[in-house]
Amino acid sequence: MVEVQVLREVVSSESPRDDLIRRERFPHIWCPGCGLGTVLKCYVEAIASSDIPRDKHVIVSGIGCSGRMAGYVNIDSYHVTHGRPIAFAEGMKIVRPDLEVTVISGDGDLVTIGGNHFIHAIRRNVDINVFLVNNFIYGMTGNQYGSTTPLGARSSTSPYGCPEYPFNLPLLAAALGAPFVARWTTLHVRQLAEAMKKAMKVKGFAFIEIISPCPVGFGSYNEMREGMDFIKFFLENCIVDHNADLNKVAISMRPGDPIILGNFVEREAPTYHDLEREVFRKAGWLK
Amino acid sequence: MNSISLKFVREPINKHLQKIPLGIIHVIPERCKECNYCIELCPRDVLKVGEERNFKGYRWPVIADGKALDCIACKMCEWICPEFAIFVKEVDRTEWIKS
Repeated sequence: MVEVQVLREVVSSESPRDDLIRRERFPHIWCPGCGLGTVLKCYVEAIASSDIPRDKHVIVSGIGCSGRMAGYVNIDSYHVTHGRPIAFAEGMKIVRPDLEVTVISGDGDLVTIGGNHFIHAIRRNVDINVFLVNNFIYGMTGNQYGSTTPLGARSSTSPYGCPEYPFNLPLLAAALGAPFVARWTTLHVRQLAEAMKKAMKVKGFAFIEIISPCPVGFGSYNEMREGMDFIKFFLENCIVDHNADLNKVAISMRPGDPIILGNFVEREAPTYHDLEREVFRKAGWLK
Repeated sequence: MNSISLKFVREPINKHLQKIPLGIIHVIPERCKECNYCIELCPRDVLKVGEERNFKGYRWPVIADGKALDCIACKMCEWICPEFAIFVKEVDRTEWIKS
């Protein structure tokens, strides 16, 4: 009887992480091969292995495919207006410093429409975690090119190649003084979950750029029609270098040009909360 | 055991103490979207595309012929699966085979 069981896979109805996801909403709406599910998996594993109790975790997400993320995690979750999840999270963290506030959203939401919030939140060094899922395109609105589309990449609004340079997000975040800056792909699942765990411990703004496959959006215009095409691209072109020169980590998504990954910046800096308390103390509002 | 590449490697003296774990693969067919990540990224090629289809028309992964004892519970399929549709339970290999 046991031998028969081991020769076949066991058909089950619930997974061991079903306590942290809203299982009645599964299967989720993301396309087959989308990396967002893997990001969700890594985030859930990071929550489960972090020392912070589950009811102290909060997730905020904006608009876009990745905006659905908040709806699938079984913790306090907020789905806010376009481009504003960082602004919302900043406010929440300032009012309730005991919470572990995490923003998971897309590139279009966080650095294109909400670019200013992103810059100023890092400048203030508010103690939130921002996990940016970069799929190089505005996926949900119809595959237009955005601020992270690599130079020359095709999209529905750039059929002959994108004429703009993309953001180099780790350099931007490090230049503004973020205490933790990392970049991983959805293929590097264990490293990504470890980086997320580190980001939750970091005092101050923790930023992880997650390179995600988008076979239906970016891929269909750039000869990567299956999720596996992206994964093979990552397997061939990714280099892990924690001490990389951040001036040279921009992504071109051309075969042969490496995607450099790693935990680039790990440093300590006083957070907005500490500095604000200091001002309050000077003013005599706090003892 | 597959030992093609091990031919040229010296055998460790404590090899008899090393235990290779065995993973029992569990699948949730309703959640699968046939992205093939688990099948392609399995280092021991344990999985293959199944023949049955779920209510959305996707074929979920099944264990390939004769590969049932090849799973070493590295859990790559569990980690990469975007749908929480596959997971591996680790058991003691020798005790499992005995029973």
